[in-house]
Amino acid sequence: MFKKILIANRGEIACRIIKTCKRLGIQTVAVYSDADAAALHVQQADEAVAIGPAAAAESYLVMDKIIAAAKETGAEAIHPGFGFLSENARFVEALDAAGLVFIGPPVKAIGAMGDKITSKKLAAEAKVSTVPGHPDAIDDEAEAVKVAGEIGYPVMIKASAGGGGKGMRIARSEAEVKDGLRSARNEARSSFGDERVFIEKFIEEPRHIEIQVLADTHGNTLYLHERECSIQRRHQKVVEEAPSPFLDAETRAAMGAQAVALAEAVDYVSAGTVEFIVDKDKNFYFLEMNTRIQVEHPVTEMITGLDLIEWMIRIAAGEKLSFGQKDVKLDGWAVETRVYAEDPLRDFMPSIGRLVRYRTPGSPEDASATVRIDSGVEEGSEISMFYDPMIAKLVTHAPDREKAIAAMQAALDAYCIRGINHNIAFLNAVMANPRFREGNMSTNFIAEEFPDGFQGSEVTGETLDILIAVAAILEQQRSARAALISGQMDGGVVFDPTKPADWVVMLAGQEAHPRTVTPEDGAFRVTGGAKGLLIETSAQLGDIVLPCFIDSRPVTVQVDRRGPALRLGYNGADIEALVLTPLAAKLAQRMPVKEPPDLSRFLLSPMPGLLMSLKVEEGQAVKAGEELAVVEAMKMENVLRAERDGTVVKVHAGPGESLAVDQAILEFE
Amino acid sequence: MQDILQRLEEMRDQAAIGGGQRRIEAQHAKGKLTARERLQILLDEGSFEEWDMFVEHRCIDFGMEQQKVSGDGVVTGHGTINGRLVFVFSQDFTVFGGSLSEAHAEKICKIMDKAIQVGAPVIGLNDSGGARIQEGVASLAGYAEVFQRNVLASGVVPQISMIMGPCAGGAVYSPAMTDYIFMVKDSSYMFVTGPDVVKTVTHETVTAEALGGAITHTTKSGVADLAFENDVEALLELRRFVDFLPASNREAPPWRPTDDPATREDLSLDTLVPPDATKPYDMKELIEKVVDDGDFFEIQPAYAGNIITGFGRMEGNTVGFVANQPMVLAGCLDIASSIKAARFVRFCDCFNIPIVTFVDVPGFLPGTSQEFNGIIKHGAKLLFAYAEATVPKVTVITRKAYGGAYDVMASKHLRGDVNYAWPTAEIAVMGPKGAVEIIFRGDIGDAEKIAARTEEYRQKFANPFVAASRGFIDDVIKPHGTRRRVCKALNMLRDKQLENPWKKHDNLPL
Repeated sequence: MFKKILIANRGEIACRIIKTCKRLGIQTVAVYSDADAAALHVQQADEAVAIGPAAAAESYLVMDKIIAAAKETGAEAIHPGFGFLSENARFVEALDAAGLVFIGPPVKAIGAMGDKITSKKLAAEAKVSTVPGHPDAIDDEAEAVKVAGEIGYPVMIKASAGGGGKGMRIARSEAEVKDGLRSARNEARSSFGDERVFIEKFIEEPRHIEIQVLADTHGNTLYLHERECSIQRRHQKVVEEAPSPFLDAETRAAMGAQAVALAEAVDYVSAGTVEFIVDKDKNFYFLEMNTRIQVEHPVTEMITGLDLIEWMIRIAAGEKLSFGQKDVKLDGWAVETRVYAEDPLRDFMPSIGRLVRYRTPGSPEDASATVRIDSGVEEGSEISMFYDPMIAKLVTHAPDREKAIAAMQAALDAYCIRGINHNIAFLNAVMANPRFREGNMSTNFIAEEFPDGFQGSEVTGETLDILIAVAAILEQQRSARAALISGQMDGGVVFDPTKPADWVVMLAGQEAHPRTVTPEDGAFRVTGGAKGLLIETSAQLGDIVLPCFIDSRPVTVQVDRRGPALRLGYNGADIEALVLTPLAAKLAQRMPVKEPPDLSRFLLSPMPGLLMSLKVEEGQAVKAGEELAVVEAMKMENVLRAERDGTVVKVHAGPGESLAVDQAILEFE
Repeated sequence: MQDILQRLEEMRDQAAIGGGQRRIEAQHAKGKLTARERLQILLDEGSFEEWDMFVEHRCIDFGMEQQKVSGDGVVTGHGTINGRLVFVFSQDFTVFGGSLSEAHAEKICKIMDKAIQVGAPVIGLNDSGGARIQEGVASLAGYAEVFQRNVLASGVVPQISMIMGPCAGGAVYSPAMTDYIFMVKDSSYMFVTGPDVVKTVTHETVTAEALGGAITHTTKSGVADLAFENDVEALLELRRFVDFLPASNREAPPWRPTDDPATREDLSLDTLVPPDATKPYDMKELIEKVVDDGDFFEIQPAYAGNIITGFGRMEGNTVGFVANQPMVLAGCLDIASSIKAARFVRFCDCFNIPIVTFVDVPGFLPGTSQEFNGIIKHGAKLLFAYAEATVPKVTVITRKAYGGAYDVMASKHLRGDVNYAWPTAEIAVMGPKGAVEIIFRGDIGDAEKIAARTEEYRQKFANPFVAASRGFIDDVIKPHGTRRRVCKALNMLRDKQLENPWKKHDNLPL
């Protein structure tokens, strides 16, 4: 076994690998860029080596620096994590040359699977089912119809140079093939300057289901069941689970066998993932193989009880798998959600900054469930623009899917992040989605269920009732404490916290919800809503996360104070409430409802970032759709365009300036 | 007897409707509450005792003798806020537009005199069209009587003005002399001369809101301390604010229980100061993580953002916080921030409120506009305020404490009681780069030499140890333990006694 391992990565996966190394008694070496000098993985590792500037191309991607760091610290092996150098065959060769062990597959396997055409060919040779199609360019109608007939309808006509949905046509009949061929070629020519198209089977309601494989150097290759990763947004996985709610034992075994066959065909060693696309009739087709540990590996670990990082290390050290295929467990259900630093209300724009508050959820109330958090940050960490905006992976495991989802919902409610925007409300909305609950999803799930993006969850029914009740007891507690101030006048009348109190919870738009709060053995009974609620909480005034028992059911509400108002969140929904005495509430009804200021005349920065360039000047007339400015954030250049015709009357920010979210850049007439 | 009682009831009912139902409706239509409704929200329910309900004006000109309304446009008396005594006056716009008559002024003076005697805050809810013109000089005399009492009460009892309607002309000078001015957005304004006069004299066209609205005074002029969305929010926040203040200069600030332990540590503070000295960070995070329950009541948040002022509690006791804000102008001191903080420090000193100062200041803001406008005198105000203050002063230097600004920010030399520094503190005459360019002026052409010298200077002075070796810093503390250490220092200082030499009053540079 190795004595010391260098981890050529950062963030949560680096921390994840260090954790296993610690358990195995292996020393760890972290590498870090200037931006990560204070990062958690640096603190957790036994040693840390600086490898250059923040940009990954000058640090985490520089092989020589990583090899030098390993040499300098005496590390014997290198774990690449995922991303960065994890699937770079040249890196593996360089390590070999330097006499260092790469914890991952051999060069040949990486090379073979890294190339889409080769991998498909190898898969076909290994009798792995691939998407039926005709790999060559098709240019006449007759041939197209013939090929389509052979493949079987529906088919997809795709541009060879394609991407972004351009030059793609679905055809369900001969006539549609003829039409589609013509229009796809036209579009391909105009979009890519290359009119070649090919035809393949169109997969209806496709699911992304992948098989985890594990192979040692002694010729043993096993599959560790599947992961369902259909819930994706722009090809970015958001929610994963294991097992898949869609597969039966037979399909699972068939997919597993093919995945093993493919791995064996390329002499695969270490952990790898064979991705399949599965249609609504449970036909599955090989997509590609990832020759590294996957982001979503924890769900597999939770149902199999195996530590995949541990086995990658053991295999790299030449150890033999100590178990066989029949020993691989499939125990319970695991769900993973990816917590991203992004703003779901603004089209998931990345968000950067300091994690002013960061509290992860504790153990679940349901004793049969477990919560696992793979995170590379802590309170006070900086989410920088240089790397992936994933904050953490939140994983729950329980005996069945329903319980695992319930544990996930509770954990999301208790997940406290302040200082940056995050997608927790969106994840909560996915968990609550009826189609998701039924397990009825495809890779189009987010596009279909959230066609106009995410506008926040509507607050209704029980959730609203709970939020209102909690607002009322918070005011009760606040008033009770205020009444304990020193220096009171004798005979004065102050709030009596032992007596029932009437409150009116005012929501946006002067919507008034009267409630009565009655103290009851350390708890509060809140009446006046749809039904009475008995609320018990151990939270202190000033706490942001309020663990409560509502009618003995665990519920976590988050609360932020904004002047006299409270902002409360639960179950992916939030409300802003002002809690008043009935008298004040009556008077508050007279207050004018103010329209928010009209900001449509302004071009606002949609995110914090750097103003790269400004394409217009004062007095210039612009047309709708015209480029106005470029804002760089998270390494992404975001082009801001005019929403309508108008004239720029004032420029508020210049190139090179750092912008806050919602900062005005331009003002129109 | 029964007749008298019945007549009393009738008179009370009559007084309660002020200028009558039609004017009350007009007041409501403007999104404003009436004088009495406002007091209902401000004071504990049932605590208000009204005085002088039956006072009427004595004007006999211009037909005024025909128009008399009980109370004469202002509701006065006392009540409690969370059981603590306050004196209040609330101007009634429904009665002669809330205009100030001699009798109206006398009512205000009466409660002010009593407040000074018994030692309780005076809260004025201003909503007045100005002087009662029909009374002429009698009305002006009334204003002056109020002004005189504002001055006498200053530093004796807290005085708070809530502007909830018009406040123009000479009337502005009463709020101007109180400790705090709060305003309601869209329904209040303050100016010495209104838009019409401005137009005639300077030909500027400006709306009342733009000239003297809540936004103007809390962002541009700095006249007002806080702006609120509407009457209800304003009064609720005023209640919260009063809970921080002692009743008078004869009392310690109030105490309130808290569950927040004094020993609470916050590890995230260890990474608050970024490794790169040129990168800003939000000083408000430090205050919010140090103070009880994260409850910080900021004063003038939208004005002179380069310095933060406001109230919080430590172990339940009120503390005034002053902190440089690196997010705005790098935390430099300038004219506006010096005046803002000086006034805040002096308020705290008047009312026995300990001052906690967080320092990250690179110096005074350079420039002609600063010099031409008198940064010398205005900057001196903050220096003066800190130097004369005898309340407990606890200072924590988080990063830069450069030059004269270091001296100003509650340094040891200005009788700072306990002065701590974080390990990231740099206490020096100036930043390493600037210092080297002066000391080694001859080497400026040689970038390599300058870099080496800069590094040498950084090593030597860009740390807290030089100051600590001279005793200017009492200890170097870990950021995560800041709350614990500040609480301990404040406890140690609870019975601090320090007096300045007798004087009639000082001569603060104005």
